[in-house]
Amino acid sequence: MSSNRRGLAMGPTQNKQTFGKHMGKYWQLYAMLIIPIIYYVVFRYIPMFGNIIAFRKYRAGGNIFGDEFVGFKYFKQFIGDKTFWRAFANTLTLNISYLIVRFPLTLIFALLINEIRNVHWKKFVQTVSYLPHFISIVIMCGMIKELVSTSGPINNLIAQFGGEKISFISEAKWFSTIFITSGVWQSLGWGTILYLAAMSNINPSLYEAAAVDGAGHFKRVWHITIPSILPTITTLLILDIGGLVGSGGAFEKVYLLYNPMTYETADIISTYVFRMGIGGGNFSYATAVGLFEGIINLTLLSIANIASKKLTDSSLW
Amino acid sequence: MSMNTKPMKVKENLGYRVFTVCNTIIMVLIVIATLFPFLYLVSQSFSSDKAIMAGEVGLIPKGFNIDTYLYVLKGEFLKYYGNTIIYTLVGTVSSLLFSAMLAYPMSKNELKFNKFLTPFVIFTMYFGGSLISNYILVISLHLKDTIGAFILPMMISTYYVILMKSFFQGLSKELEEAGEIDGLSKFGVFWRIALPLSKPIMATMTLFYAVMYWNNWYQAFLYLRKDHWPVAYFLQTIIRGAGANDADAQTVSANIKSCAMVLTVLPIICVYPFIQKYYVQGMMLGGVKE
Repeated sequence: MSSNRRGLAMGPTQNKQTFGKHMGKYWQLYAMLIIPIIYYVVFRYIPMFGNIIAFRKYRAGGNIFGDEFVGFKYFKQFIGDKTFWRAFANTLTLNISYLIVRFPLTLIFALLINEIRNVHWKKFVQTVSYLPHFISIVIMCGMIKELVSTSGPINNLIAQFGGEKISFISEAKWFSTIFITSGVWQSLGWGTILYLAAMSNINPSLYEAAAVDGAGHFKRVWHITIPSILPTITTLLILDIGGLVGSGGAFEKVYLLYNPMTYETADIISTYVFRMGIGGGNFSYATAVGLFEGIINLTLLSIANIASKKLTDSSLW
Repeated sequence: MSMNTKPMKVKENLGYRVFTVCNTIIMVLIVIATLFPFLYLVSQSFSSDKAIMAGEVGLIPKGFNIDTYLYVLKGEFLKYYGNTIIYTLVGTVSSLLFSAMLAYPMSKNELKFNKFLTPFVIFTMYFGGSLISNYILVISLHLKDTIGAFILPMMISTYYVILMKSFFQGLSKELEEAGEIDGLSKFGVFWRIALPLSKPIMATMTLFYAVMYWNNWYQAFLYLRKDHWPVAYFLQTIIRGAGANDADAQTVSANIKSCAMVLTVLPIICVYPFIQKYYVQGMMLGGVKE
């Protein structure tokens, strides 16, 4: 009893002492954090709370957290807006079709690179394949426009085979093809890095044992390589699924490639938010749409994360 | 894999040899497809405008000339190129410094505050301000038309901080302790021991941040007036061409566009292969995600 009381009495002072000691020892590390933490508060958390203007009317130059509460007014507005639903559908369609094309291609490309025997050739292929990842989206879109222009090489090829020239960039039905092809071009090599890392971690004795057992080359790939990288495949796939509603890097590319003639298939949520908000000055309305997207994203990612934890033991948080 | 299959040559059947040939062909095709757009730009930049308009230019320049380069290198292009160099230098140095100052304390498990700090930082990867609230923030901080509007919104990348943190966690504790015994402060250990040991991750981060600033056009598009444009946004205005719903746009012939694009990607093409070893390692630290 007495010891208990003493313990209670000692508690706070002891805490204070250890706290003082802790700070005395580590104050320099804490000091290093000051600027980064201010940075996160100002440039990450204030905009995050700035989303509140989805529920409060914002006037240019007024309070950045809005002037008066209007409830779900803006949400009701966009739910009834056909253009929003078109953008929502386009976001899903583009993301899903891009994922379906890109994901298997990346995996196959990684498996094929892994089969290259000549070390120098292998390194060369890898280096070249990483290049598009570093290219500015502006330049990539500039290249696309040059390549598909009516006097560009693709149309020349079509003309040579007697076909009719196509103005790819202004036809809505071609947008997803351009979007997906250029996306694969840019990300194919970079996407193999994690697979190749996983493959290089496979114990060589597994292959030797399989070879002794008479397994041919393709059997070894099927029964050893693929199962060994399965956790990586699952994790990457789940992450991609988590990002399906998000615009990720797509905003800039779509913004640079689309035009009023292709809005029908190209306009995605973030470009819609941009046009409504920064273009049209409807800040609160656009924020409501952006917030809606953000919340769906967070939900999808959480579900993906739980699935990942269950299936592969690896998770984001 | 290549190493351990070599002794098994006996096992190589016809099927595998056919596969090797096909694989090489596929790889050659992929290399060509990857490089084609670049080579086409280079070819255009050395061709005459007339030949391009007529659709006569392929991978070999037609109407070969270097006048386009001379013209571009005399004009306003250089001013924007200079802006980009300044933004990239200032931006990359501040990004590296502040990211390391955040990542290093985060890597120390004994720091009690980390229980709060780590989720505080990581949460911003999954949820954040919308396009609009970021815009409003920059405007209300009166950063418009300043270098701050270009650099600050993306100065610290949480994903890169996580990569750096993982790297710092792998550093030898013994060396750091030895430094402290020799009388270095916590900051001294960071500056004199941890950072010099972190060349691989710092090289990777330098490349990633520098590429990010070098390529950025969006902040300039939102916040900067013409004099302050980086080259990426200047390119965007000439690529888009006049007549689009873009007041800044101007019409420029294809060879000039190509030439400007070639000059803008050139520094990146010259640098990235030499740091490949580092960034491949760096990507593996994060385990997953881009």
